[in-house]
Amino acid sequence: MRVLDFDYMLGLVPVLLRYLPLTLQMAAAGMALALILSCGLAVIRVLKIPGLNAATLLFISFFRGTPLLVQLFLFYYGLPQLLAFLTQINGITATIMGLTLHFSAYMAESIRAAIVGVDRSQTEAALSIGMTNGQLMRRIVLPQATRVAVPTLMNYFIDMIKATSLAFTLGVTELMGATQKEAAGSFLYFEAFITVAILYWIIVELLAWFQRWLELRLNRAYRR
Amino acid sequence: MIKIANLVKRFGDATVLDGIDLDIAQGEIIVVIGPSGTGKSTLLRCLNFLERPDAGHLVIGDLSVDVTRASRADILAARRRTAFVFQNYALFANKTALENIAEGLIVVNRWPKARAHARAREILERIGLADKADAYPASLSGGQQQRVGIGRAMAAQAEVILFDEPTSSLDPEWVEEVLGLMKQLARERQTMLVVTHEMGFARDVADRVVFMEGGRIVEQGPPSQLFNAPRDPRTRDFLRKILAGQPA
Ligand SMILES: Nc1ncnc2c1ncn2[C@@H]1O[C@H](COP(=O)(O)OP(=O)(O)OP(=O)(O)O)[C@@H](O)[C@H]1O
Ligand SMILES: [Mg+2]
Repeated sequence: MRVLDFDYMLGLVPVLLRYLPLTLQMAAAGMALALILSCGLAVIRVLKIPGLNAATLLFISFFRGTPLLVQLFLFYYGLPQLLAFLTQINGITATIMGLTLHFSAYMAESIRAAIVGVDRSQTEAALSIGMTNGQLMRRIVLPQATRVAVPTLMNYFIDMIKATSLAFTLGVTELMGATQKEAAGSFLYFEAFITVAILYWIIVELLAWFQRWLELRLNRAYRR
Repeated sequence: MIKIANLVKRFGDATVLDGIDLDIAQGEIIVVIGPSGTGKSTLLRCLNFLERPDAGHLVIGDLSVDVTRASRADILAARRRTAFVFQNYALFANKTALENIAEGLIVVNRWPKARAHARAREILERIGLADKADAYPASLSGGQQQRVGIGRAMAAQAEVILFDEPTSSLDPEWVEEVLGLMKQLARERQTMLVVTHEMGFARDVADRVVFMEGGRIVEQGPPSQLFNAPRDPRTRDFLRKILAGQPA
């Protein structure tokens, strides 16, 4: 067994950090879009909107039932063959699209559970004073569901950050892709991959810390 | 002015409201009593369209609607003309006492926030909770929560406030403060339709007591007549049980 090349690892950190913004941007874009989409899907499921409900169930079943990597390949390599205007979808776009659709399928179910968990009598109270379904969702149900859903959604965000590493299989040079290139040049595979692992780990721990802070804040209204 | 004509509600095969006719004058206080499962809650919920009635005609203030043909707009209009006080308070858990009261004014009546909050403060004053404006429901006692629930209904300035057993979930120590607030509203001649098992309240406050059984109004009259000289044997039977302290 040889000794780890710490100097190489330390030198690698600033090189890799140059690619961190792309990783975070893809995760942030994916999360923002997935939040919008999953809220829509969850509301369709809760209100059981005819037609759309069945379509939503199918969507959720497909995107939870197939591997993310397969979905990414489907969008990146498959879609352009099907839809001419997508002749060249870039890897970043395909990744964001894949993350959005894949994670929104999971998030929709968490959000639905959080919405359904809001005390039904508050819904009736809101209706009884003449609120519309939309007003009741926006002002009463979603704010309370948010509080319940935030911890789970933060976990999905953390998963999503880690999942951006799959983008390197679509030729995107993000954190993982950059590490792969560096390792191939130096042949110090262990040093390169343990360095990137530690970087992901630190990011995730920072987020976990933020998550705990957020939960405390959100729970303020409900403490006796 | 409320006119309920031939109101019918079925749940599956069960006819829960079997042709209810009831007129309520402006400022009148009506107490509805009757055994459990008789359709009292369903009656209130139908007036507010929390349940969709199967037949009947409703007049609530300037709204007149055949319930089978009620459009979305009619339903919203009916809800704006009726306010509901729930047995379990049903306060919005994400809003303070002040915000619970102001919510309808802001969202439904589209008042500017400042004006709605000013009105909510007046109401908090009247319900004796001015110092609890910024408290969330979770930090209020049952009695305080129900008073906020009544405050929310007061803010709506509805034709009628519907009370569905407003004191039944309360610990005994909080019942009086809620009944006291309801008496205050009665003195102000707020039109009220109250389902309750508080016979003392019915005796003291009601202009008219309605006895329901099996989805129908069996008998109605001023409390003195209904309590002291009930005509129908079913009313007598119910009152005997209730006054003996048995569950009806
Ligand atoms: N959503 C519903 N679906 C089916 N049946 C219902 C529903 N709501 C009420 N019922 C039935 O309708 C009947 C009348 O119920 P309702 O709650 O109006 O009675 P109530 O007079 O208010 O009784 P209580 O004094 O126990 O509150 C009961 O038999 C009840 O089981
Ligand atoms: Mg009831």
